[in-house]
Amino acid sequence: MIGQDLLGIENLEREQIELILETAERMQEIGAREVKKVPTLRGHTLVNLFFEPSTRTQTSFEIAGKRLSADVVNFSASSSSLTKAESLLDTGKTIDAMDPDAVIVRHKVAGVPQRLADVLEAPVINAGDGAHEHPSQALLDMLTVSQEKGRIEGLTVAIIGDIAHSRVARSNIYGFTKLGAEVRVAGPPTMLPARVEALGVKAYTSLREALDGADVVMALRIQNERIAGACFPSVREYSATFGLDRVKLRYARPDAIVMHPGPVNRGVELSHDLADQRPSVVLDQVRNGVALRMALLYLIAGRRSAVERG
Amino acid sequence: MPVSRVLIRGGRVLDPASDHDAIADLLIEDGQIAACASLIPAEDCDVIDAAGLWVAPGFVDMHAHLREPGQEYKEDIASGGRAAVAGGFTSVVCMANTDPANDDPSVTQYILDRAAKDSPARIHPIAAATRGLAGEVMTEMAALCEAGAVAFSDDGRTIMDTAVMRHVLEYSKLVGAAIVVHAEDCGLRGSGAVNEGLTATRLGLPGNPAAAEEIMVSRDIRLVELTGARLHVAHVSAAGSVELIRQARERGLQVTAEVTPHHLTLTDEATLGFDTSTKMAPPLRSQHDVTALRAALTEGVIDAVATDHAPHAGYEKDVEFTGAPDGIIGLETAFAVVNDLVQQQEICPLELMRRMSTNPARILDLPAGTLAARAPADVVLLDPERCWTYDPAKGYSKSRNSPWAGQQLTGQVMATLVGGRLVYRNGDGVLFR
Repeated sequence: MIGQDLLGIENLEREQIELILETAERMQEIGAREVKKVPTLRGHTLVNLFFEPSTRTQTSFEIAGKRLSADVVNFSASSSSLTKAESLLDTGKTIDAMDPDAVIVRHKVAGVPQRLADVLEAPVINAGDGAHEHPSQALLDMLTVSQEKGRIEGLTVAIIGDIAHSRVARSNIYGFTKLGAEVRVAGPPTMLPARVEALGVKAYTSLREALDGADVVMALRIQNERIAGACFPSVREYSATFGLDRVKLRYARPDAIVMHPGPVNRGVELSHDLADQRPSVVLDQVRNGVALRMALLYLIAGRRSAVERG
Repeated sequence: MPVSRVLIRGGRVLDPASDHDAIADLLIEDGQIAACASLIPAEDCDVIDAAGLWVAPGFVDMHAHLREPGQEYKEDIASGGRAAVAGGFTSVVCMANTDPANDDPSVTQYILDRAAKDSPARIHPIAAATRGLAGEVMTEMAALCEAGAVAFSDDGRTIMDTAVMRHVLEYSKLVGAAIVVHAEDCGLRGSGAVNEGLTATRLGLPGNPAAAEEIMVSRDIRLVELTGARLHVAHVSAAGSVELIRQARERGLQVTAEVTPHHLTLTDEATLGFDTSTKMAPPLRSQHDVTALRAALTEGVIDAVATDHAPHAGYEKDVEFTGAPDGIIGLETAFAVVNDLVQQQEICPLELMRRMSTNPARILDLPAGTLAARAPADVVLLDPERCWTYDPAKGYSKSRNSPWAGQQLTGQVMATLVGGRLVYRNGDGVLFR
């Protein structure tokens, strides 16, 4: 995958996903050491090009890069020339002209990483674009599930919430189905995108039916700004119908785990105690995110050193 | 002064106005059609050999954005007129969403003055239906018609206030011109950027459902019933709209419709790479819709092909998908794209020519779309089998936003005559000043 873009899970082969997950497991060993740093990407430059603020994902990529000894530069909208209305592609080309080894892109509009990948020399890693894809999140979710359950094939994964506006849902739908899991999505009808079942999932508007026999329950963050778009009448009603607590969780398998891409709206998607206590694995997801992103950077930005290119 | 005579010899003359479809010679004298017959002697004539070609009335585009005045960096009447004749269009109707909008006779007059000076194609302005295209106060339709407006439209926007729309339709009966509607419920469309469906779901882009169009088509048909006015539905994109238009016509209402080459040939799957040259309003829809539109054009439920030629500068389109302006250019590719319906044997050449010339001329009451004797000699010569690769950079439009860039197309415009003057010839290009 050296030099290749990672724009989404939709276009990845199963073998590529497995390679990434295996590599991430090796990276986890580095994270467990006393000195969590290896020289693998020394002399490499990684740019976090974040047009939309995201402390968590940006920090995770930054730590991942630094553990591999890469130089990580954060370029965020607030500290850049974007305020001067520089065009998206001009910004991308400007960064590209400084010869980074990978550019990690986050944007609120779907398709921006693709547009940048079309014109940039450096490989582009999509760190979340609109409601399109968030591949590193799905990969860390797959890593977490495979380590919790020992497998992904044959599991039932229920994704709960605003599927229509969720890039995490899309990437996870592609990823888990490619690895042989049964994927269900559930939410109010206003939050289920058109023809979602054509993606190979079963869609539910009953939380109980969606959870029945589920091994993995993944709650999605509710975007408060969506309330203005009238996708659901109130936080209270959402929480009552689709918010997870230990009572509703009984519909799922007894050993089901609970996941959330974060940040959690406590008391909305997850009850207060489910936000960070077993069977919630939310903090494991965050921890695994660093190892997974180290794997991506190693596989994509590695070995593309200035010397080799020169 | 000697009479100028042009003889177009040996082509397949397709004249929908007289249902003529046979090999013949076409004689032009002093800018008018003089005769259509076999073996006309070529004495004192400039002869154009049309063997193997179709000879048809010049195309009439009832829907183009020429951007002048105000947005000349995208297109102007000179460049748009050149692109038109290169695409076989001898008459082009330009929409009112210029800057300032064509909501005042002075703007209409300005457009016509520029056209007389700069355009090889005949230009007919459509004036705004409401002042500033704001959907609130009607324009001075009588004065605008006097100045040369051929119809009224707030194209690009829908008049959302139903009472205003009712008055626009009712008042238009004073001048007898059609009201051309961009039918799209703004609230339902919301931020929709692509057709609502599987493609929108895969791309994670906000969807624009077909119902947003169908609701407005339905409303406006009801208003035609209420007012007895003439309605023309621009760029129909949805199968449901086709059905509404079909039923309206069966009830005898004066409702006509057009479809674009892109809605006839592309589905929303063309957007899967996030290419902003597939972003338009209404959006590209599903295969089901495309099939219905093609059938409707063949049956005549949809009267006309119109380009919705919408030039935008490269830097305007080279942005994030939802931020890109809607629309694509289409004058120079229209025939080659819709020729696919002939290639697939869905429509016969004579009927396609009717939908590209005779019908739009009839709807707008323009002196075009016919090869009858004494008609203005607006003629197009077409090679329906010729393959070519479209390169917008080599075209006449100032803009390049086309989904067919770099693609091979079948069917090419070989020559265009306006008023008997050869204004375009394949190989030589536009021959105008």
